[in-house]
Amino acid sequence: MLRLIIRRLALGLLVAFTVMTLAFLLTRLSGDLAISIAGPQATQADVEIVRKAYGLDRPLTIQFFDWVGRAMIGDFGQSFFFRESVANLIAKRLPTTITLGLVGLSLALIVSIPLGILAALRENTWIDRAVTMLTMVGQAVPSFWFALILMIVLGLHLGILPISGTGTWQHFVMPGIVLAFTAIPALTRLTRSGMIEAMASDYIRTARAKGLSRVRIVFKHALRNAAIPVVSIAAVQLGFMLGGSIVIETVFALHGVGYLGWESIAKNDFPVVQAVVLVLATIYIGLTLLADILNALLDPRLRTG
Amino acid sequence: MSAPVAVRMAPTSRVGMAGFAFGLAIVGLVVAAALVGNALVPQDPFTQDLGNRLKPPFWMAGSQPEHPLGTDQLGRDYLARLVYGGRISLLIGIMTVITSGLIGITLGVLGGFFGGRVDDAVLFAITTRLSIPVVLVALAVVGLLGSGLVLVVATLGLLLWDRFAVVARATTMQVRTLDYVSAAWCAGASTPHLLIKEILPNIASHLAVVATLEIALAILLEAALSFLGLGVPPPLPSWGLMIAEGKDYMFFSPWVIMIPGVALFILVLGINLVGDGLRSLLGTERLA
Repeated sequence: MLRLIIRRLALGLLVAFTVMTLAFLLTRLSGDLAISIAGPQATQADVEIVRKAYGLDRPLTIQFFDWVGRAMIGDFGQSFFFRESVANLIAKRLPTTITLGLVGLSLALIVSIPLGILAALRENTWIDRAVTMLTMVGQAVPSFWFALILMIVLGLHLGILPISGTGTWQHFVMPGIVLAFTAIPALTRLTRSGMIEAMASDYIRTARAKGLSRVRIVFKHALRNAAIPVVSIAAVQLGFMLGGSIVIETVFALHGVGYLGWESIAKNDFPVVQAVVLVLATIYIGLTLLADILNALLDPRLRTG
Repeated sequence: MSAPVAVRMAPTSRVGMAGFAFGLAIVGLVVAAALVGNALVPQDPFTQDLGNRLKPPFWMAGSQPEHPLGTDQLGRDYLARLVYGGRISLLIGIMTVITSGLIGITLGVLGGFFGGRVDDAVLFAITTRLSIPVVLVALAVVGLLGSGLVLVVATLGLLLWDRFAVVARATTMQVRTLDYVSAAWCAGASTPHLLIKEILPNIASHLAVVATLEIALAILLEAALSFLGLGVPPPLPSWGLMIAEGKDYMFFSPWVIMIPGVALFILVLGINLVGDGLRSLLGTERLA
């Protein structure tokens, strides 16, 4: 078990380092950063001042290792636009994004687990097909468009929720629904297939043969086993949702990390962009690591890996 | 030498087949509209007419017969823009999948065939790719380099190869051990021959399913990028961009976002239905 954890941890660190390199290279894609920071009106002398001030006159490798070294201890430099440290900016925005992610994931699980169980228990009936159809429809709806429709219906016509902004819990309802919506199809399908597999297994036949009630079989025996892949995918899904929240946060002007990333891209604020990519990737890596460990705890067969 | 692998016809439900047919019909319609549509629509998608801004579509009062789907905030014909936008969505979807397919299939087949160190490297690449937030990175690339069709395709292509790689790797591992591959190897076939002539044709059906579903994903992502203002550059019409441009007017003229949104939804649903139908027709349910 310990070996597994150490191996996964090492892999995670290696991935994180690769992402760091990519994030660094990404912001250097545009060529001369000093020119874009100084702005279109800048003279050659201004550009040189900016280049010196931000340390962009140093060789790329030095800049890279400097950034990596500082990032390791949580120092992502200063934001060009906000005149604040990037670490502070992200720390202030992170709770919003994580709240949104957790709201979205909870809503998604509340909907998709019962739907998946229902479809699995009624496999190949019209109920099952209706659920499958529903997941297909859900997958095809563009999230940002769904967000706008919710704004029109819930915000404008019914007037029960704020249309955009941050602040109260009501501001998380619509974004949470939209985010949940993006995860429901995959989670429903997974619960369904896990449940079908579990119901067809030997231990369920044994439980049936013992004369246990159907409720007991479904909830005590089948669901526990079907839950293993769902739990781990839920963790991974949360990572995806945090990464994908940029669109939803932007639509609703919810001031989370995703919105910060979007703002910073628009403003050429590259230390922030770099850091946001890295932070979102690190969260994802951490969650997959957690999922692996959780899986190994739930299913002893996986502990030898 | 390459014996065709027996394609297992999965028992498919009539409902599933109806969905497949429906999906094919939708995709066929959109493709036809993309190819010849702008020849049939008399209006030009770029001509502005500021005196005729935000005219409603035909089912609402005050519509004009020459603009069946109304006009946008600059008085441009909405039907013409919708048809032209469909062409761009399909183009981006297909070009992206060609790019991502090339990358993903190459990596997956190499990893699955050679195993060992090569496979470790491929798995590492997949893991790294999955940890990168796609929308954010795509936005950053387009934001830094400037928007444009080619750039959007290249960016999405470089980001969306993971599913191709996962499926190509898993299927190659299965096919690699089959008798006809061993037979070809014993007959002295070279590695490139084995990969291209023996392995690839036999995993193609799985890859076709992935390709279909990935086209839908690429179209949705392009729409999201364009919606955030960093995808297809205006005045080119893209469905995502049309929704973004209509956003400021949506509370008074909701159809400006309804029309492109429904078009996007129907196209993506159609492609997904085709992909799902293919999956059960080709019997590739377990992997793709």
